[in-house]
Amino acid sequence: MNWYVKRTGQALFTLWAVASLAFFLTRQMPGDQVATYVDQVIQNNPEQDPELVRSNIVEQLMIDPNAPFHEAYIAYFGELLSGNLGWSIEAQKNLNTLMAETVPWTLFVMALATFGLFGISLALGAIMAYKEGSLFDLSNTLLGMVTTSIPYYVAGILLIIYIGYPEGVFTQYFPVRYKLPDGVDPGFTLAFISGAIRHATLPALSYVITAYGLLALSMRGNSIQVLGEDYVRVAQLRGLPDRRIALRYVGRNAVLPLYTSLLLSIGFMLGASVILEQIFVYQGVGYWMDRAVQYTDIPLMMAIFLMITVSVVIATYIADLTYGYLDPRIKSGDEGEAY
Amino acid sequence: MKVKPTEEDTADDVRTDGGQMFDDAESTDVGAVQEYKEVLYEGLVAPAKIAWSDWRTKTGIIILGAFVLIAILSDLHQNGYTILNDFLGIVGSPWELTKPSSAFGCDANGNNCVAGYERSRQPFENWQTPLGTDPEGRDIFAGIVWATPRMLRMVLAGGVFSIAVATIVGTVAGYKGGVVNTVLMTLTDVAMSIPGLPLVIVIVAILDPTNPYLIGVVVTINVWAGLARTIQAQVLSLREQSYVEASRTMGIGTPSIIQKDILPNLMPYIMVNFVYSARRVIYDTVGLYFLGFLSYSTIANWGVMMNWAYANQGALAPSGPRYLIIVPMAPIVLLSFGLILLSQGTDRLFNPRVRTRHEGDTVEDHEMDDDDSVQPAMA
Repeated sequence: MNWYVKRTGQALFTLWAVASLAFFLTRQMPGDQVATYVDQVIQNNPEQDPELVRSNIVEQLMIDPNAPFHEAYIAYFGELLSGNLGWSIEAQKNLNTLMAETVPWTLFVMALATFGLFGISLALGAIMAYKEGSLFDLSNTLLGMVTTSIPYYVAGILLIIYIGYPEGVFTQYFPVRYKLPDGVDPGFTLAFISGAIRHATLPALSYVITAYGLLALSMRGNSIQVLGEDYVRVAQLRGLPDRRIALRYVGRNAVLPLYTSLLLSIGFMLGASVILEQIFVYQGVGYWMDRAVQYTDIPLMMAIFLMITVSVVIATYIADLTYGYLDPRIKSGDEGEAY
Repeated sequence: MKVKPTEEDTADDVRTDGGQMFDDAESTDVGAVQEYKEVLYEGLVAPAKIAWSDWRTKTGIIILGAFVLIAILSDLHQNGYTILNDFLGIVGSPWELTKPSSAFGCDANGNNCVAGYERSRQPFENWQTPLGTDPEGRDIFAGIVWATPRMLRMVLAGGVFSIAVATIVGTVAGYKGGVVNTVLMTLTDVAMSIPGLPLVIVIVAILDPTNPYLIGVVVTINVWAGLARTIQAQVLSLREQSYVEASRTMGIGTPSIIQKDILPNLMPYIMVNFVYSARRVIYDTVGLYFLGFLSYSTIANWGVMMNWAYANQGALAPSGPRYLIIVPMAPIVLLSFGLILLSQGTDRLFNPRVRTRHEGDTVEDHEMDDDDSVQPAMA
């Protein structure tokens, strides 16, 4: 079977499986937000018929908490397939709108963090490997281990306390709250772009400084191993330029094993946004996830689950496609005989 | 012929050993006791010795050992055995472990309280409460010690659960191949794509767990997937090794091949990943308590103290009481630092990758130099 067809099928299956699991789990949650909301509406307009109010709300939500599982499932997934995420009581908004407003922000922070993380760790790890045993190597190994021991939200708190708040050079550049400065509207303007980057810096930095250590250390280990390989020695003997050896021979082979780390870190960061966006009052999907769980807003929760899973699946998909370019040896699909 | 060391047999052994010269009992037959000793040596004593020779594992073991000791003493105290306080009393320590509770019955200056201490003491101000008190008059250091046993239980449960599932799924999928592999790896991919923390939060909201072991398992509910993938990839290459093929040709069953030929090679991965899952348990449980998703009745976790500082005292506000949130973060970082040190050390012990070939060359050169210099001297 064509590898691309197979891989796409797998991605779609994963999406479906996660969505179904999430649908099943969110239905088990205690608390009935719909009932609470209906009571609220009735209290404000006592003349309305509770049943009518309820059915109106449920129709908007697309999920009836009282309907049998299979009926609710078919109704919800049918609407999903037509591109409708439903409506959120907590946000008082259509979820398609809300997700379009929040998802890009979370992905923006995550992309910033991922590029920063991999840029720093790969470069640092490679330099450490080349200077193995030097003071630079030792001090960075120790620093890497210490920073790796710090949870990302602890780093976030420390950044807020020591970089964000003190009256000093950083305060005006790296705000600790919200995703945009006051009075700046989204658009292709300098104020918007710089504002967005400045507001995302500290959250992204919280990931980067707590995760670069481990990655740099594995990059260092891999590079050292590759440096000891015969083909590197042969390349040196052939008189190839150092630059070519460093990039094509050592770098490429040392980066390969880190690809799995990249995949895992994408999912991890998206999950971790629940805590981090809370601390930084950064209104992305993580921020809304927190509110959704607190008020049992099931459609909102489902939408966030779906958005995060779609992001992870797409990121994994892209990573898998590009892996073949990095490593031409990759066997696609052929797993050997079964015992 | 194996000699079982029942009482009679051992008695016989002693006699024959002393009496007959050519008895082969002791030298060739391995008694159960001796076998046990060998297993103990190879599995425990030897690795411990190697681990102790590396500064990172040594420091890691010391840090983790201190946490375990504190946890045991704290747990004993909470169950009514006040060994810790007896000892502290003998040493003359101003601090002693009491259940952290809000201050009441204090005099006008806020001193000599019936329970708790003076409110909002700064750290390192009064050695009665070395790390200060919160605005309710609770001893912060006592709170940290109080929460330690629960934390270690969660770490243990989460670590064991995730590596157990990962090892089973990874080895079976990798070794069996075919349909089994496809099914298990698809399952793993799904687990890897689920957003971990949101999933855990939803499950926590459904189950409302308070048992530390259960919490540990819940937060690692999809952490095993990453390790399962690594193990599966390892097993895929291991199963093509000639010695595994030999076992297969001899007709040895799959379970014993996995157990005898495959698993020992995976131990380094399993150990290192145990540490990473353990670290993940610390991060996630503290994070969940910090945001208030896990319910608690007393100081159940360091995250609870952070939650109070953040939500009730405004420790993150520009002029908030910062020590309240910084102090409980210290044991979190220290505990995970201990784990990381341990993993980096074991990684080096097991991982031939880090013992580089060119590093090996230099070591060899040194040895040869030594030989050269020593031998002439002896001659």
